[in-house]
Amino acid sequence: MSFDAKYKAQDYNSVGTRPVRPDGVDKVTGRARYGADFNMPGQLVGRVLRSPHAHARIVSIDTSGAERLKGVKAVVTAADLPDLTNGDQTLFDILDNCMARSKAFYDGHAVAAVAAVDAKTAREALKRIEVEYEVLPHVIDVDEAVKPSAPVLRDDVFTGGVEPKPQTPSNIANRSEFGHGDVDEGFAEADVIVERSFRTEQTHQGYIEPHACVASMNPDGTADMWVCTQGHFVYRQNCADLLGLDVSKLRVTSSEIGGGFGGKTHVWMEPVALALSRKAGRPVKIVMSRNEVFRASGPTSATSIDVKIGAKKDGTITAAQATLRYSCGPYEDIWGEFGAKTSFACYGLKNVKSVGYEVLVNRPKAAAYRAPSAPMAAFAVESTIDELAQKIGLDSIEFRIKNAAKEGTRSSYGPVYGPIGIGPTLEAAQNHPHMKAPLGKNQGRGMACGFWFNFGGQTCTDLNIGSDGTATLAVGTVDVGGARASLSLVAAEELGIPYENVRAVVADTASLGYNDMTDGSRGTFSSSMATISAARNAVKVLRERAALTWDIPVEDVIWEDGCAKATDKKHGNLPPLTIADIAETAGKTGGPIAGHSELVADGAGVSFATHICDVEVDPETGATKILRYTVIQDAGKAVHPDYVEGQYQGGAAQGIGWALNEEYIYGEDGRLQNPGFLDYRIPVCSDLPMIDTQILEIPNPNHPYGVRGVGETSIVPPLAAIANAVSNAAGVRMTHIPMSPPRILAALEGESEG
Amino acid sequence: MQYERPKSLMDAASLLAGAKGSAYALAGGTDLLVIMKNDDFDAELVVDIKSIEGLDEIRETSEAYTVGAAVSCAALGESTMLKEAWPGVVEAANLIGSTQIQGRCTVAGNLCNASPAADSVPALVAAGAKAIIVGPNGNRTIPVEEIPVAPGKTSLEKGEIVEAIQLDKRAPQSGDAYLRFIPRTEMDIAVVGVAVSLSLDDKGLVTSARVALGAVAPTVLLVEPAAEAIIGTKLDDAALERLADVCSAACQPIDDKRGTIEFRKKVSGVLARRAARIAFDRAGGK
Amino acid sequence: MSAIAVSTTINGDEVEFLCQAEETLLDVLRERLGLTGAKEGCGTGDCGACSVMVDGRLVCACLVLGAEAEGRSIETIEGMANGDELHPLQTKFLEHAALQCGVCTPGFLVAAKALLDANPDPTEEEIRFWLAGNLCRCTGYDKIVRAVQDAAQELRGS
Repeated sequence: MSFDAKYKAQDYNSVGTRPVRPDGVDKVTGRARYGADFNMPGQLVGRVLRSPHAHARIVSIDTSGAERLKGVKAVVTAADLPDLTNGDQTLFDILDNCMARSKAFYDGHAVAAVAAVDAKTAREALKRIEVEYEVLPHVIDVDEAVKPSAPVLRDDVFTGGVEPKPQTPSNIANRSEFGHGDVDEGFAEADVIVERSFRTEQTHQGYIEPHACVASMNPDGTADMWVCTQGHFVYRQNCADLLGLDVSKLRVTSSEIGGGFGGKTHVWMEPVALALSRKAGRPVKIVMSRNEVFRASGPTSATSIDVKIGAKKDGTITAAQATLRYSCGPYEDIWGEFGAKTSFACYGLKNVKSVGYEVLVNRPKAAAYRAPSAPMAAFAVESTIDELAQKIGLDSIEFRIKNAAKEGTRSSYGPVYGPIGIGPTLEAAQNHPHMKAPLGKNQGRGMACGFWFNFGGQTCTDLNIGSDGTATLAVGTVDVGGARASLSLVAAEELGIPYENVRAVVADTASLGYNDMTDGSRGTFSSSMATISAARNAVKVLRERAALTWDIPVEDVIWEDGCAKATDKKHGNLPPLTIADIAETAGKTGGPIAGHSELVADGAGVSFATHICDVEVDPETGATKILRYTVIQDAGKAVHPDYVEGQYQGGAAQGIGWALNEEYIYGEDGRLQNPGFLDYRIPVCSDLPMIDTQILEIPNPNHPYGVRGVGETSIVPPLAAIANAVSNAAGVRMTHIPMSPPRILAALEGESEG
Repeated sequence: MQYERPKSLMDAASLLAGAKGSAYALAGGTDLLVIMKNDDFDAELVVDIKSIEGLDEIRETSEAYTVGAAVSCAALGESTMLKEAWPGVVEAANLIGSTQIQGRCTVAGNLCNASPAADSVPALVAAGAKAIIVGPNGNRTIPVEEIPVAPGKTSLEKGEIVEAIQLDKRAPQSGDAYLRFIPRTEMDIAVVGVAVSLSLDDKGLVTSARVALGAVAPTVLLVEPAAEAIIGTKLDDAALERLADVCSAACQPIDDKRGTIEFRKKVSGVLARRAARIAFDRAGGK
Repeated sequence: MSAIAVSTTINGDEVEFLCQAEETLLDVLRERLGLTGAKEGCGTGDCGACSVMVDGRLVCACLVLGAEAEGRSIETIEGMANGDELHPLQTKFLEHAALQCGVCTPGFLVAAKALLDANPDPTEEEIRFWLAGNLCRCTGYDKIVRAVQDAAQELRGS
């Protein structure tokens, strides 16, 4: 029976409260086990040798010196990870990124790995691997890479999405286009047009926990892995595919995860750990250093974006157009496409066109980073919108409200919107005291909007009722920031039992059906849907058992306040049976009581936010201080409001870092110069003010409680909101992110931006 | 690698002098342990000097204060005596790294690490601080600015150890200050650092001054024309502008991941102005 | 190469261990003593996830050699609660939802306790600058600062 996920308004007992999270005590006492906190008997230390070159042909690798070193148990290269991908280009690219085959494509690209008895031996072994490189010309910059003169990374990549199909290889892997109407016509109708070019630098998710895994592969083809990941089922699939294992014979257990933000949705060294374990015949643990995390895992794209928007004097946008170039690292991806799709999603537009390009450069493979690609597009578009409003002489919020998308609007990327939150968040911003607070000298205010799709996807949960009427909930979406608390609340709500009587765990891949990973803001949305479904299935069983106990038709048994109650007077005044009463006798009424759910959570409601930011810019140094910050976002329904606020605040803080100081800095040699937290400058505690939040609840029609994902949208508006604030404070339009002090000072001095 | 924890300075010096390969003195370790993480790091010997008696003490004599090489910057920051005499030096030392780093790092270590961007060094140079050095060939005391000779390189001979930093007693109506520019509010290496130390006469005119710049040249710069720009003045606007111009002109910076040449030149002038003003106020200037 | 024998005190217990000269205190705590509450986020003193106390000073365990522990007194997150009674900071972190992924939490708690032991009534600015060496990428620090403020108030008994 398919599950009816339609929204129904209801009063809640548990949902919407703020209890302590079930994994909390472990985390404040140091007992929680993260990726690097797990060990297996006989375990070896794995280390990866990485290319020092941005672009080089691997002529030869001599591992014999390392193999001869006492204590070295295995050395692997690409030869030990043979190509089993059967023409699947995406899978091949994952393989090539995990271990370079013919070429090293970036500083940090893995070329070999060792497993040894201890860290010291492993370190010495790496020095004894001799790699002969033929260094090739490299290209780092996204605008340089698209020029005809640029060195071409791949001779097997021809620009997709264009006709006729190109005959020569290119660093532009794909072109995608979205929109409707006729932008030329629209611009002809405009009274005012603003056209600008923007750049954003590459940033890293910056999770505090480096990638870590322990892999153990047995001669009989069974294998186990302990790993910090946002999706252990996806890691299992990727690893099984690359190692040639039966999917079900690889059991992956997700550890507690020390932050991911998209960076732990991709496999990096996990297949290598398995290959080392296979060769050594012992478990192998690999923990990346911070240097490796920056050089060889997960940054987001660097971008170059051109935006043109025209409007009438009354404030109606007549046409909007954007060209977006996103760096992908050496492998084709969909980052430019996401940028193009999200760029104008906040607005109802008659004529709109956005074109995205996937650009290959000699940087690490770009990975998802919280609402991937949307923040850069929003920076470019929302900056242009602000400038346009100023030129027309309209208030920036008024102008946005006038053009905001609403229910029934056909979005710039295709779908027609249902009930959405862009208008309400803008109105809430307009009425927020923050908008009216006075500003001092050298201070400025900015605001901006943001959009994210949100995803649903495949989800599976198990809910088991214990003999005392308490419940265990097993979910397969990794808990990245409090989801076990939210899902326990949902189970408690459905069963009518106290929150404390539910224990939620993240099950391993052998204990539960497949789950997509915790990405796309889907964790609470999809797993709460599956939890509701599983709980309702369990309630059905509970009612059946009560009916059996009472010997009455199940139709006459309702579930209320955690009890089975007989409804019809003809059954006399039967006292209600509590969940504990029913559970206690389960052995005699048909066995264990459980509810299961396997579903595809469709209909993740789109998400919108509006942010307001005040800054002060020191005109003599270009330093920016964030004075005040407010996040207003639609949550659909906030299941555990503390953790919803936490997502809003965390996304804003990451956006602030991106806007002001975070960037990958490369030398002329194509090597990353700041692979550490000292010079990759994420915000510290003293950089930030309190971050105010306002949760709006516009129910998602496709979820029983109206829940929407909340995790990602909060990082979308900050770049633009801060750029608008800085531009207003400094009196000069900032078009290059991050707005580091040297860039602001240079702009103030009227020099060309560096 | 061998780890030793001698009880006396002479033992420490002879251990370091006798090492065949590379050998390091370990005080706070906040720089040494970072480079130890590098896969290419190779040392034969590390000599932990923290068990040497007296090295963790701040002492006062009639002419001077001495800060032992093992005194953590956190401990330095708790010294009321030094905060009153040399507030600029103490605030500079307390800017190094985080609270955690403060619990370990030392000014002697900051000096001997020979980073051009070391926070405490411009303040020490402006203060006219001296380094008391012990070594296999005897002891010597030299101005701190003579220790770093290039990024990561010092003038110390093999086996020599800085035992303590010496700061003179302060003349009345004197003040010092250190300001640095960093992109964040904490945890960064200085992009520009400026220290000013000055004394006033009874009329409130600057009679002597020392101005030092960090992170704008291979070593910390003592800028004598900058001192001249403010001597004889009450730090009027014109004097401060002269000071800023002289400091900007004295910079020999590079473009790197932390800042540009233009930025460093401009901001060194700005910070010199601001630091001079603070030092002047501390000296009781009006 | 022979290992170094070290006698030290950890969370009030006398502990003896052997380590190599290049091993850090963090390596020793995590790999030899099974105290994995302190985390290695960077290994270079930039993130504070390995914060511990050595002789009453807050330090990064990744920047201390294991051999330096000889004769010292070390406190880690594992020693913060009194049996099953959580320290008020631990309780307030839970009540305020001051953690999301939680990997930075042990470091923040150790650092925050060091602050409140030294300064029972810190301003928001003092809290923010004291904790600037502890990186958190999830929370934006808001709820962490509030939890510390609330714990400080409770510890002051007001």
